[in-house]
Amino acid sequence: MVAGINLVALRAVCVKRRSKLILGPVSLDLKGSGLTIVLGPNGAGKTTFLKVLHGIERISSGSVQWSMAERSVRRTQSYVFQRPVMLRRTVRQNLAYPMKLLGQQASKIDEHVIYWANQIGLTEMLNSPATRLSGGEKQKLALGRALIRKPKILFLDEPCANLDGRSTREIETLLLSANSSGTRIIMATHDLGQSRRLATDVVFLLNGQVHEQGPAEDILCSPQTSEAKAFLKGEIVE
Amino acid sequence: MNEIWAGIVEAFRLIITLDRDLFEITLRSLQVSMSALVIACIFALPFGTWLAIRRFRFRRLTIATLNALMGLPPVVVGLIVYLLLSRSGPFGVLGLLFTPTAMIIAQVIIITPLIASLTHQAMRELWAEYHDLLISLNTTSRQRILTLIWDGRRALLTGALAGFGRAIGEVGAIMIVGGNIDHATRVLTTAIALETGKGDFALALGLGFVLIALALLVNFAIHTLSRTEQEGTW
Amino acid sequence: MIRLIAIVVSLFATTALAEKMKLAVTTSFHNSGLSDLLLPVILEDTGLEVQLLIVGTGQALRLGEAGDVDAILVHSEAAEEVFVENGYAPYRREIMYNDFVVVGPQTDPADIASADTAVDALTRIAIIKAPFVSRGDASGTHKKELFLWTSTKLDPKLFGTWYNAVGAGMGASLNTASGLGAYILTDRASWLNFANKGELDLLFEGDPILFNQYAYLPIDSKRHPHVNIQAQRLLESWLTSKRAETLINGYTVDGTNVFVFNAFR
Repeated sequence: MVAGINLVALRAVCVKRRSKLILGPVSLDLKGSGLTIVLGPNGAGKTTFLKVLHGIERISSGSVQWSMAERSVRRTQSYVFQRPVMLRRTVRQNLAYPMKLLGQQASKIDEHVIYWANQIGLTEMLNSPATRLSGGEKQKLALGRALIRKPKILFLDEPCANLDGRSTREIETLLLSANSSGTRIIMATHDLGQSRRLATDVVFLLNGQVHEQGPAEDILCSPQTSEAKAFLKGEIVE
Repeated sequence: MNEIWAGIVEAFRLIITLDRDLFEITLRSLQVSMSALVIACIFALPFGTWLAIRRFRFRRLTIATLNALMGLPPVVVGLIVYLLLSRSGPFGVLGLLFTPTAMIIAQVIIITPLIASLTHQAMRELWAEYHDLLISLNTTSRQRILTLIWDGRRALLTGALAGFGRAIGEVGAIMIVGGNIDHATRVLTTAIALETGKGDFALALGLGFVLIALALLVNFAIHTLSRTEQEGTW
Repeated sequence: MIRLIAIVVSLFATTALAEKMKLAVTTSFHNSGLSDLLLPVILEDTGLEVQLLIVGTGQALRLGEAGDVDAILVHSEAAEEVFVENGYAPYRREIMYNDFVVVGPQTDPADIASADTAVDALTRIAIIKAPFVSRGDASGTHKKELFLWTSTKLDPKLFGTWYNAVGAGMGASLNTASGLGAYILTDRASWLNFANKGELDLLFEGDPILFNQYAYLPIDSKRHPHVNIQAQRLLESWLTSKRAETLINGYTVDGTNVFVFNAFR
């Protein structure tokens, strides 16, 4: 096991839907810092895995043990969905929403909204309806709305799927900067290039099971299992 | 055909001459139905939204009941409210029978299921869209309901206007609990029933056209005030 | 515009100064138009605002029993006697009368115009099974009609489809009769004020059996302590006054007198 304080421990976690096994059994530990990439082909169970960690997917058996108190787990986490959920409001109101839920002062909310709008490059569009943004802008807004809560842990589910190179770069820059200022990032992707650019460690998922887990350079350069080898070579695995 | 024409002429005559009785009963119609609408919305909007977001054991049964209650015959509601408010009934001491308050109570009962059901239908779709985000953000039930009501206000407005339409056009219940007392509880619909009874079809029809015009006016006014048309599509 | 504002303001202005009472009256009384003449005068003379609930006699009696009105003004003597006997009103006081008439299609297929008595007229209608509209709502008019059928020794329950019990007020029933070209028993005042006469005409009148006595019954305050006794007395004394007599006897529709004041003073 890699050194460092453990963040969360999964033991024999299974998710079944209509008696079909979607995920599991999964047993692994994640440590408290870094940027974990959950890698695998479509349908491998990456989304389910992230949702189990975030606590919005019910597990059928096994256990998820966090190192922090149970009550504060989700409050310190943010989640960016594969298809970003845009509130039918302006960009400004979307950014302000998580802070309003926490009952923060209006002046403080304004300050943060301006700061994050600038970070995600949407200052010009603050008063536009969020639903009219382009795909890349929506994804950036979703990320800004996730980061404005100052999460300890940030989950992202394929945030750059269907995005052009420029938007992808902007989002990756934001992620690296958030990560370096202490936000733990756990992100699902099937993009190998993105994994190489960002990952400090990798979880390789296939058919709902963890096939490999470890530091990025170990897994991406010298995978142990035949499935991971094949996936990294660019072959179709199932 | 002649009588319809006479009705149109009568409607114009009533409006142009600023008929005092007409203004009185029109204002009372508005007052009663608007009050009923506001009160019904206070119950129905959160309840309909709550039904959309909450999974519980008797949810389907509750929704089916609600849809059935949409078709409640106003006369039956009127009769039940009458028996409750009658001096010989359980709430007789309040002395509410044959007052505008009694009419508001009856209309609230008639339109609340309608608005709640329409709210539920509109909110189900929005909830499917917002579900993941609101769960992820650890929102309380209260916050979810308020968010959905605010962001779905356009669809809810349509539901509320449907409720208003049913309230202002309703005659069976308010006739029984209001009593159609001149200068006290007479409204447009009960006045129409009265004039029809007298065989004065022109006046009845004239009042009917005023009622239709009023309903249109309220719809336009609310749409304009809420500027929903200018905000475009979300 | 100023007029509009004045109207709006006056609508919300308080009328708390006037004493109020609720009086259940029959549709036939209201449709006669007499109430429109009397109520403003009552307000002027006594300061009493009479709020009318216009219902059938059956419902008027129910409202009185429940204590939902302060007094009733109806025309069904037998039912009134029972009402008093059961203690809902201390007494009944006769105020005035009008009369019933039989109207029907101008062609008069049953030839009731030449009938000697009201019972004879109804019998002729029943024999040829000409369309007939009955109020069918337990109102005073309906009770009078049933009483007449009893005198013909015929049973309305056994009548065929020509007998239409509509279960509606006087005006609505007249509308139906007008639409069907049917015979109907109505009080004279409602008939004279009825605007949708169509093919109908007054065909039979004048039989003393058709007199229609109106009586005033104050609701007993021992049973319903909340009733407004002062207003009850005020209205009764006005209804039986010289002034009321003049107005009631002087009231005409289309030049015809419709009510005869007959209260004992």
